[in-house]
Amino acid sequence: MSSDVLLFLTTFAASAVEAVEALTIVLAVGVVRGWRSTLFGVGAAAVVLAAIVAALGPALRLIPIETLRLVVGALLLAFGLQWFRKAVLRAGGFKPMRDEATAFARERGEAAAAPSARSTGTDWYSFTVAFKGVLLEGLEVTFIVVTFGSTQGRLGLAVAAAVSAAVLVVLVGLAVRGPLERVPENNLKFAVGVLLTSFGVFWAGEGVGVDWPGGDLAILWIVGFLALAAFALVRRLRLVPTPRAAAT
Amino acid sequence: MTFLRRFLRFWWDFVVGDDWRVAVGLAVAIAATWQLEQAGIAAWWLLPLAVVLLLAASVRREVR
Repeated sequence: MSSDVLLFLTTFAASAVEAVEALTIVLAVGVVRGWRSTLFGVGAAAVVLAAIVAALGPALRLIPIETLRLVVGALLLAFGLQWFRKAVLRAGGFKPMRDEATAFARERGEAAAAPSARSTGTDWYSFTVAFKGVLLEGLEVTFIVVTFGSTQGRLGLAVAAAVSAAVLVVLVGLAVRGPLERVPENNLKFAVGVLLTSFGVFWAGEGVGVDWPGGDLAILWIVGFLALAAFALVRRLRLVPTPRAAAT
Repeated sequence: MTFLRRFLRFWWDFVVGDDWRVAVGLAVAIAATWQLEQAGIAAWWLLPLAVVLLLAASVRREVR
């Protein structure tokens, strides 16, 4: 039960973070160059992402669970630790914080400067930028959905968490009519980094035969232990007399 | 850049990222955990500890 809740929260938070970033790109292109080709690009990327989940999700269930947990755990550890590392560096002031307003302004400028090709009916710049933006941001979510869903045997729950986060972000984006600057994106990334790494530790351990103290509840103390270690690391980083990274 | 190189580059960035030493350290930690468990020694503590040490070492390299 607790692992189901954590699975939902992790997938929801990761999906929300990536959806906010994708929304910034799509909004910038759509506002400047029009919505038709932009939305075609979004739709095409969504179809590709759904196809990846539909193909890989059931296929991974054919792998023995111990092997699956080892492989998924190891991949998730490596992948999650990247999020974790970047989040610690950001919180410590050694990496710029992500700022959606700046990203929006940059994307808008690039969209306005790109040559127009409307005579052919489709604006391929809008299509390509929207497609790439949604696909690249969505691939990390797809990876999390497929690995979490398959390893826990809860693919439906993982998909529901990701889709509900994306829908929520789009609805809020429509209401705000702009990039979501107020979403605590950097804090969410920190939390997702801790959660991904914790699940990676848990599953990789199970894959090599570890008998976790507390059974499935061990995931809770792993999360707590890694979060405490991260806070201690950030605290120490903030004492280092190095110029803080400028926000972008 | 060929399609294959771009594809491999994508997976390298996706899994290994900025610090390959972290990925190698994780592989060693997982293998050591497996060895200890095979020898009948409880090794549940090793992976969480290894993650914290690898993270701290990687962050330290970055801020130097």
